[in-house]
Amino acid sequence: MAADPETLIERITDYASRPDPYPLYAELREHGVARQQNGSYLVGTYHEITALLHDPRISSDRRNRTEPDEAGDEEQGIPPSFIGLDDPEHHRLRSLAMRSFGPPHNPGRIDALHGEITRIVQDLLAQLRTRDRIDLVDEFAYPLPVTVICRLLGVPTEDEPTFRGWSDTIVSGLDPARGADPTERQRAAADARRAMGIYLGELAASRRGNPGADMLSAFATDPGPDHGGFNQIEIMTTAVLLLIAGHETTVNLITNGMLTLLRHPEALERLRDEPALMPRAVEELLRYEPPVQMLPQRTPLADIEINGVTVPRGAPLILVLASGSRDPRRFPEPDRFDPGREDNQHLGFGGGVHSCFGAPLARLETQAALTALIQHLDAPRLVEDPPPYRRSPVLRGPRHLLIDHDRAGG
Amino acid sequence: MNGDPRDGRIVIVGASLAGLRAAETLRDEGFAGSLTLIGDEAQPPYDRPPLSKQVLLGRVSAGDTGLPRRRPVDAHWRLGVRATGLDPLGKRVLLADGTEEPYDRLLIATGTRARPWPNPEEAALEGVFTLRTSGDAAGLAARLDAGPRRVLVIGAGFTGSEIASGCIERGLAVTVAERGPAPLVGALGGTLGALAAKLQRAHGVDLRCGVTVTALEGDRAGRLIGARFSDGTRIDADVAVVALGAVRNTEWVAESGIAAGPRGVTCDAGCRAFDMYGIVTDDVFAAGDVARFPHPLFEYQLLSLEHWGNAVAQAEVAAHNMVNPGPRRRPHLTVPAFWSSQFGLNIKSVGVPTFSDQVVIAQGSLKELRLVAVYGYRGRVTAAVSVNQAKSLEYYQRLIETAAPFPPAPGAADQGESPAPVPSDVPDPKVLSHGPTVALTGHLPDRRLTLVQPGR
Repeated sequence: MAADPETLIERITDYASRPDPYPLYAELREHGVARQQNGSYLVGTYHEITALLHDPRISSDRRNRTEPDEAGDEEQGIPPSFIGLDDPEHHRLRSLAMRSFGPPHNPGRIDALHGEITRIVQDLLAQLRTRDRIDLVDEFAYPLPVTVICRLLGVPTEDEPTFRGWSDTIVSGLDPARGADPTERQRAAADARRAMGIYLGELAASRRGNPGADMLSAFATDPGPDHGGFNQIEIMTTAVLLLIAGHETTVNLITNGMLTLLRHPEALERLRDEPALMPRAVEELLRYEPPVQMLPQRTPLADIEINGVTVPRGAPLILVLASGSRDPRRFPEPDRFDPGREDNQHLGFGGGVHSCFGAPLARLETQAALTALIQHLDAPRLVEDPPPYRRSPVLRGPRHLLIDHDRAGG
Repeated sequence: MNGDPRDGRIVIVGASLAGLRAAETLRDEGFAGSLTLIGDEAQPPYDRPPLSKQVLLGRVSAGDTGLPRRRPVDAHWRLGVRATGLDPLGKRVLLADGTEEPYDRLLIATGTRARPWPNPEEAALEGVFTLRTSGDAAGLAARLDAGPRRVLVIGAGFTGSEIASGCIERGLAVTVAERGPAPLVGALGGTLGALAAKLQRAHGVDLRCGVTVTALEGDRAGRLIGARFSDGTRIDADVAVVALGAVRNTEWVAESGIAAGPRGVTCDAGCRAFDMYGIVTDDVFAAGDVARFPHPLFEYQLLSLEHWGNAVAQAEVAAHNMVNPGPRRRPHLTVPAFWSSQFGLNIKSVGVPTFSDQVVIAQGSLKELRLVAVYGYRGRVTAAVSVNQAKSLEYYQRLIETAAPFPPAPGAADQGESPAPVPSDVPDPKVLSHGPTVALTGHLPDRRLTLVQPGR
């Protein structure tokens, strides 16, 4: 029986689909643009997604939706961060944040983290090697990016249990399916954002007297270009965005990466022999098992036509990046994991003006993490396949990844 | 051509970006025969865009812009020797040292050179420069290091404007003389030209438009001391950079019967050169700045592009076609694109801005110095130029490729404050004092005039 394309979003977000959503994406690509029962539109083909990512009429601000949801209600929380804003406001805030993160003002910032990332990786590995069975998520893939983003932003690592709770709540608010009680979920997400924003805003304010080299200090003290620096609310929204993005995505990239390598032993062996191939292999992972599966918050500002379908102004538009990166019209043998793949312009980091802010950091962390894991874990094997997954269909990855390996010296 | 196209003897004349990328593509495509690259400069292929940017600022030395190699090419390199003639019947390239190189297939990738100052005595004054080669850049950078009192830049196209920007960044006094009404007008038209003029002045450039330099003055020792302008004024200057565009290096094939002239070597969409009767050859190809080719997106007008990206793309197509039989050959259809950085701005262009009658600020604003200007010709989009907003250009490239209606559909989140199209004010190529980086070498689209070369 042919399934109804209008239920694709229900089926994709169904938790049962989490281990392998790719057949559903293939079905989505058959339909080009799929209108859903809830009035949203799904796009899953590569060329259409790249066109929409660059289309200036596609808003990232959910307040432009005909039926704004709770996440767009400012009375519920704090205003959107730059990921949820359009130019010119998006550009102003993103550029301000970039001043302490990358070029042109701070071109060496990420490269300079290389040594520190390597140290953190080695510390975590030293603990892993003492046991036969490890949970890669809890003991490695989560602590690594969290430690890095905390150092970078200047957030005390001890506070992690506090903001982990907020972060989980915020991420569940991104879920595009209209499940049991979306209003309640989104209200909780807005509350969590506000709480986290107040926490980070106070941290930043406390640095004004004695700023450090961290980004919160820069946010609080940088006078900015001609139009000025951040105000307090903007510091809050930007810091919340970076803290969440910095620790909810890379964890999945590292875990999905190790899972994929363990499923493809020949690729793992090849990377052990040719470590120089790792940067290319990470690009392939971003294509093949991307940590961000879809962008659920786009909205057209005018009626736009995509592949003969008119998507009305104000309708929710969901770009399924992970589907576009498996589009056979763009990538030969798209369902094959090829760590040496050439011409790999994947959608793993999105594209256009909102292309991933932290991409250089995510690349560096994942390259370092996977290189160290495959060099130092002896005969690693999956304990269960598929592993248990996290809830989110948007930021998709295993909740745990149990791996057995031959203990060092044992 | 007899036998296997992947065998035989290929000669590439021109050992810069296009020549190198063609050589690499030939080997990628399985060409196993003998390959020779001929270049009149002694050093191996190097990158030119940094010469007017990082090199002038002293961040990179002129000798350090060597082009990265994609793969070994196993070629016979004949560097430092100029090609002086072509015998298409005997299939050989004649060289300045009296030797010759026989070929089965030939690629002409001789590019351009800087247009010299027309008065040879004035051009020979110490302190007068052009900027095209790495040697030019090394000499000019050394001269700027010495702290001249005033630099005169003659011509405000992209190269001239970048040189002026570099000088300002180094804290030097600069005068720019431009024959047209504003900088960059030849390439971008009136609206962005006016913006460039405002910007140059705001950065402290002594910008003089609508004037020409009538004389460069030297002292008795042969050193430049100043310049006189057509409006009767005069300045002191101890460095002058002549940035009057480029001359195509076609003289060496002028007598060969190949369709070559000041506007380039004419070729078809597959990079095969035409002969003087308009008959396409099958063993002589052209690519890069020297080529002049019909583009279907621009009504099959012949285009010459002085663009880095075009040199690469066209070289790849030419090389592919040199080693593949007819039905496997590809057309060169790449949408033209180029970039420039000057006065703190990143300027990027797709399409052909001079192929236009109207322009509209579709996104951003002139005031914010962050915008996308979209160009149209007879109601369809033909080009877009971004200022500090390069990520938006891909959208407009698609509009150009699909001949989308002009002005583009409204609804951009950062739509300009006055989204009404105005005339694009691109000049007639006849009156340009220096070449734009895109030359429509046929006729101007709305004027249907052809240029006749008298005496040829």
